[in-house]
Amino acid sequence: MSAVVDADAVTLARRAAEEVTDPEMPMLTLADLGVLRDVALEGATVVLTVTPTYSGCPALATMRDDLVHRLRERGFADVDVRVRLAPAWSSDWITERGRAALRAHGISPPGAAPATEGPTVLRLLPTRRQVACPRCGSGRTALTSEFGATACKAMYRCEECLEPFDHVKEI
Amino acid sequence: MTDHTSAYDGLLGDDSAQWAFGQDFEDPLAGVDTTLAAGVDGAALAAYCLMLGDDALVHSHRLSQWASNAPDLEEDIALANIALDLLGQARLLLARAAAADPSVVPALPAGSPVPPEDALAFFRDDADFRNVRLVEGENGDFAVTTARLLLFSTHRLALLERLRDSVDPVLAAIAAKGVKEVAYHRDHAARWCVTLARGTEESRRRMRAGLDVVWPLHHELFRTHPVEATAAEQGFGVDPAGLAADVDVLLEQVLSVGGLDRPTVPPTGPLGRGAGRDGRHTEALGRMLAEMQVVARAHPTGRW
Repeated sequence: MSAVVDADAVTLARRAAEEVTDPEMPMLTLADLGVLRDVALEGATVVLTVTPTYSGCPALATMRDDLVHRLRERGFADVDVRVRLAPAWSSDWITERGRAALRAHGISPPGAAPATEGPTVLRLLPTRRQVACPRCGSGRTALTSEFGATACKAMYRCEECLEPFDHVKEI
Repeated sequence: MTDHTSAYDGLLGDDSAQWAFGQDFEDPLAGVDTTLAAGVDGAALAAYCLMLGDDALVHSHRLSQWASNAPDLEEDIALANIALDLLGQARLLLARAAAADPSVVPALPAGSPVPPEDALAFFRDDADFRNVRLVEGENGDFAVTTARLLLFSTHRLALLERLRDSVDPVLAAIAAKGVKEVAYHRDHAARWCVTLARGTEESRRRMRAGLDVVWPLHHELFRTHPVEATAAEQGFGVDPAGLAADVDVLLEQVLSVGGLDRPTVPPTGPLGRGAGRDGRHTEALGRMLAEMQVVARAHPTGRW
């Protein structure tokens, strides 16, 4: 394969991989979520590198299958999905487009992730976040629980419009 | 082609696209370089990873048993999420153990699709588990679970923070990820501990009683086992004795905010010739594993 054809193939493979959405938050692509780290060609094999959001994220197997299926649909027969553990996934990796998509679907995007060097500070009071209601925009919101429907979300409620909503946690 | 007269025929085809979660187990370390660093003994690394992996696995299972039984729906979800994080950590650690020393993985019948980390989780007897006894106790009062999670997550966070500098890059990566997760677990347990301690007379009494139940098993986390001594020497692990002072400061902080006295119950002694890290467990672990492992053991060549 010539270098030019290779470059085209990588572009096509990347385009296909970047269309694949998260199985639990389908308004987000894996690229916008920051899970898809790299797309490369090794000979005829497309190598996709992913970093899991949480250690126990049960969606990772589905993400891998979705990536392989999409690439096969586009004519890439050999697809290898590899896990990259370091650096660990951070909610800071969610793109601006991803954040807008979350907001548009009623999910509050994460703020800046806390620093992870050195000893972790014990937080005895509920985490203070500037969270705006994704439905009405009010800043009068209250944390219901730090744990929600998926590993990456906390539960909030809006004290203005009274609706509950999910917030993607800073990690 | 799918025969619509039988709902089951379609399941036997070889088109993997019909499966929402795929047909294959996925190697959690697929594509990760598991080569041993210079000076690291594979058997020693595997033994160490089994200890940390078993702590996470057993505690995860106990926490998951709260699903649909917790005091409220939010707590159901919280404990299930914490259990899921620990299960993920256990899976990575057991996979790391298997990659470092394949001889630790129980032999299964030819053709078994069970991946190594599942073979370790489901096909070892209690005497082969290396978790501390703290994590294996039966569930009962929610305050006991709160106290146990507080002691366990405070220890584990201190441990994982140091393991980020492990000379084993896989262990270092698992730890760096785990730190972010366990920080939420520790906050959750500490907040509940304070809430119960400063709640009603009854909730305070139960929080005290919960701490008394788990406190005697706390010291086991900080007693240096020969495997941990080797791990520290070779630079891939941490001597747990060195964590005790830092953990104590944090626990004191939680106890003082809650207005709780430090429990005075004496430590539980060893069982026979050792403790959890030597495979000496309480009866509760055997019962828990019997339930956890029964389906996998009945179908060692099963595909799901």
